[in-house]
Amino acid sequence: MKRREFVGLSGLAAGALFLPNFPSLGGTPVDAACLLEPGLDPTQKKRLADAALNAAKSAGASYADVRIGRYLNQSIFTREKQVQNIASGESFGGGVRVLANGTWGFAATNVVTEAGLAKAAQLAVAIAKANAKVQKEKVQLAPQKGYGEVTWRTPIKQNAFEVPVAQKVELLLAANAKALDNGASFVNSSLFQINEQKYFASTDGSYIDQDVHRIWPTFSVTGIDRSSGKFRSRDALSAPMGLGYEYLTPQAADQVAGAAGTGLIGYRNSYDMLADAALAARQVKEKLTAKSVVAGKYDLVLEPNHLGLTIHESVGHPLELDRVLGYEANYAGTSFATLEWKAQGIPYGSKLVNIVADKLQPGSLGAVGYDDEGVQTKRWDLIKDGTLVNYEKIRDQAHIVGQTESDGCCYADSWDSVQFQRMPNVSLQPGKAKMSVDNMIKNVDKGIYIAGRGSYSIDQQRYNFQFGGQVFYAIEKGQIAGMIEDVAYQANTQEFWNSCAAICDESDYRLFGSFFDGKGQPSQVSAVSHGSATTRFNGVNVINTARKIG
Amino acid sequence: MAILSKDEAQTILQKVLSFSTADECDVTLTGSTGGNVRSARNSISTAGASENVSLAVQSRFGKRAGTATCNEFDEASLRRCVQRAEEIARLAPESPEYVPLLGPQTYLASPGSFAARTAAITPDYRAEQIGASMALCEAKKLSSAGFFNDSAGFVAKRNSKGLEAYQQVSSVDFSISVRTADGTGSGYAIANYTDLAKFDAARLTRVAADKAASSVKAKAIEPGKYTVILEPAAAIDLLNNMMGAMDARNADEGRSFLSKKGGGNKKGEKVFDERVTIYSDPTHPDVPDLTFAGDGRPQQKTTWVEKGIVKNLYTSRFWAQKSGVPDIPAPGGWIMQGGTQSTADLIKGTAKGILVTRLYYIRAVDPQTLLYTGLTRDGTFYIENGVIKFPVKNFRSNESPVIMLNNLEALGKPVRLNGSLVPPLKIRDFTFTSLSDAV
Repeated sequence: MKRREFVGLSGLAAGALFLPNFPSLGGTPVDAACLLEPGLDPTQKKRLADAALNAAKSAGASYADVRIGRYLNQSIFTREKQVQNIASGESFGGGVRVLANGTWGFAATNVVTEAGLAKAAQLAVAIAKANAKVQKEKVQLAPQKGYGEVTWRTPIKQNAFEVPVAQKVELLLAANAKALDNGASFVNSSLFQINEQKYFASTDGSYIDQDVHRIWPTFSVTGIDRSSGKFRSRDALSAPMGLGYEYLTPQAADQVAGAAGTGLIGYRNSYDMLADAALAARQVKEKLTAKSVVAGKYDLVLEPNHLGLTIHESVGHPLELDRVLGYEANYAGTSFATLEWKAQGIPYGSKLVNIVADKLQPGSLGAVGYDDEGVQTKRWDLIKDGTLVNYEKIRDQAHIVGQTESDGCCYADSWDSVQFQRMPNVSLQPGKAKMSVDNMIKNVDKGIYIAGRGSYSIDQQRYNFQFGGQVFYAIEKGQIAGMIEDVAYQANTQEFWNSCAAICDESDYRLFGSFFDGKGQPSQVSAVSHGSATTRFNGVNVINTARKIG
Repeated sequence: MAILSKDEAQTILQKVLSFSTADECDVTLTGSTGGNVRSARNSISTAGASENVSLAVQSRFGKRAGTATCNEFDEASLRRCVQRAEEIARLAPESPEYVPLLGPQTYLASPGSFAARTAAITPDYRAEQIGASMALCEAKKLSSAGFFNDSAGFVAKRNSKGLEAYQQVSSVDFSISVRTADGTGSGYAIANYTDLAKFDAARLTRVAADKAASSVKAKAIEPGKYTVILEPAAAIDLLNNMMGAMDARNADEGRSFLSKKGGGNKKGEKVFDERVTIYSDPTHPDVPDLTFAGDGRPQQKTTWVEKGIVKNLYTSRFWAQKSGVPDIPAPGGWIMQGGTQSTADLIKGTAKGILVTRLYYIRAVDPQTLLYTGLTRDGTFYIENGVIKFPVKNFRSNESPVIMLNNLEALGKPVRLNGSLVPPLKIRDFTFTSLSDAV
């Protein structure tokens, strides 16, 4: 091997040894070459899956499914002019879920042989039977037809794992250089890549082979004023996407101008990391001297890379049917949007608010052909003209709301995690009338334009929330009037969505993403996208977050 | 084979090292086994079990290094693993932050970090415990959601410079949320142990049930600054976040709450009330922990804050050498010294205040001041003249643990939570910025 090849193969493992721990995407660390090795072929997987399903049935399961998964990931971390760490991970194994005596049981093993999976199936049945003795509610599954042998793949143009690590490192270091050249004190950048090669089989007669790809380039630029001791950061305005490495080849057609006077650019299906890093460094200097906001009521103009997280927390999570029914009460919480609340027809938002769930949307993080309990995915309305019309659900919940089919929202983050209900892509539909960001701002007398994902917090029933952002601009008499700092807005979910006064048109629509959304016990992550166009909310309470600690 | 004995583990590691031709080689073997059960609506929702063993080999030639891993333990697989690590290392770039591997180390003994009882937990035991908890709530017409999780395993290390380490660890975690049938009251309890013998699901369930019953029909009072009593479950996340920000490099680089105006860090400065003392001790009988860090450095008893003064910051080995400061790894858990008073005693001594059972969804707002926002949850009560008067609606807080530990009124007796010992804290001028309708 030559030096350049090494970088591609080893993932500069040196960095891993000498530096503190970095966030891990999980899995056993492997060298990068392993990420390109083919997994088992579908014929082998079908034979193994049948062994698990037969063992489960023989042990007394009334239903069983098995997921044989090869989960690949690679994360690259750099700071300033050096690579900090490159971690390539592979995790391979099988998880068997069974229904026995009306109760779920699950067991997983990394011994992916007919005997290994059969043993896991027997343990899963034993767990189900032990728990059935203290069970109150028997599990009911919505009927699901088998699909036979089918496949699905994320429609990527370039597999990120086929791109040499050296090329990726080069890009991150170039972004860092742009930030430093533009006055940053420090810059950390990273690139996360995921490939889930998962095979699902069930006693319903489905054998589903899927190849799912996700990518997320990001950075954080820090500026420090040593004399005052003040520091500020600005994170990347990229979005994690269900795309391949093509996301990192910028295309002019994917760029959307932000509000005039801010220099901001929004990105659709490709991202210009260098341009964003340079802008971030200039903005971080501006943040160090920006005026502190005066607390009070403001009209907020929220761009999609910011609004996505507000949609995620105040619409995506409250409409998860497991939360609504109390299944997440001990961890993520419940929801104000109960079945009784929905029956009253109380407006969730203004008539402008139309929100859809969509597991099909190209480029989104949540797009798959079939969910992790073998249900083909779809798109459906959640909020129509401001009124809640439906929830997000899986097979064992549909009967509770009088429905006969799952929405295809079941997901597990690994072969050794049990699948459960997760959020689909949840997106605010753009306005039907033509409206640009500048036209929207023109009508705002006293407001704040907010871009980027910042601090976020919401209560366990999704009433009260507080959000920050990456950059904030005062709007005075229809004009951007300079950067401000120390901004966070607090609102009640229903009041907030009912204050929605205008939504830009489709030309401003783009996706935000959450790569590591946490839920469940033991906690699992999932990735989900949220689309929107820039949107105006009137009269929202803004607090000043500046403090002194001596 | 998930929990190997010291001899079994070191025999494998010795064999792996014997295959090494590198300048330096470091090998780590880890294994664990465990299971869990989860309930909601007084019924079991999910349950599972898993086990795993994994080997990592790090080989170094000069300042170049490579890592490879495997989970097969026949001789051929082990040889392939070492060869792959060496091949990677030979071609690696030199690391600008290279430090040599550590030689032999002396580690403290912490035999309490593993309990055989915890390692022997069965699916039937988990079902019985969660079943008893659910039955208790069912009898009181309350709705419970709980989680029981157990894990037991080992970590073994060895390197070509003579370092050798081995320790077994185990843990049991249980948490329970209890709600009234009409959804107007909610309570919570959480516990974490090394040894199953200390676990009592019924006692914890009763605590959560009592909170749920007594928190119904909460009254709204104005947000603002209040004297609060933070139960340990309310205080731990803010304190954990603060301990997680005590890295020397970030402070030296000017991007930490411990950075000093003009440069340098605040080590040696009084940053908190003089009653604040926080240390870590992996041999503490109530919170036994690993006595070595991931890179082999010993975990010693270390004082982080003493009488309000910052005594130590943790650091990487590279940064310690570069900046000439003590080479101290980040701790696992920590111990905050407290008093002898219980939460009930603290309530008795409070003229006006608010009792907070738990703070939820805590997120950083400003790293400069360590400002965090979050919400009270599962039992918030108004205190007047030493007694709880009535439940109050939940608040959103915006507060910094640094400010909070300067506004200290009293500390109670520490209890174990999440591997740390945390006292209940009485704090004045704690900032609530809005009300929440959530129960």
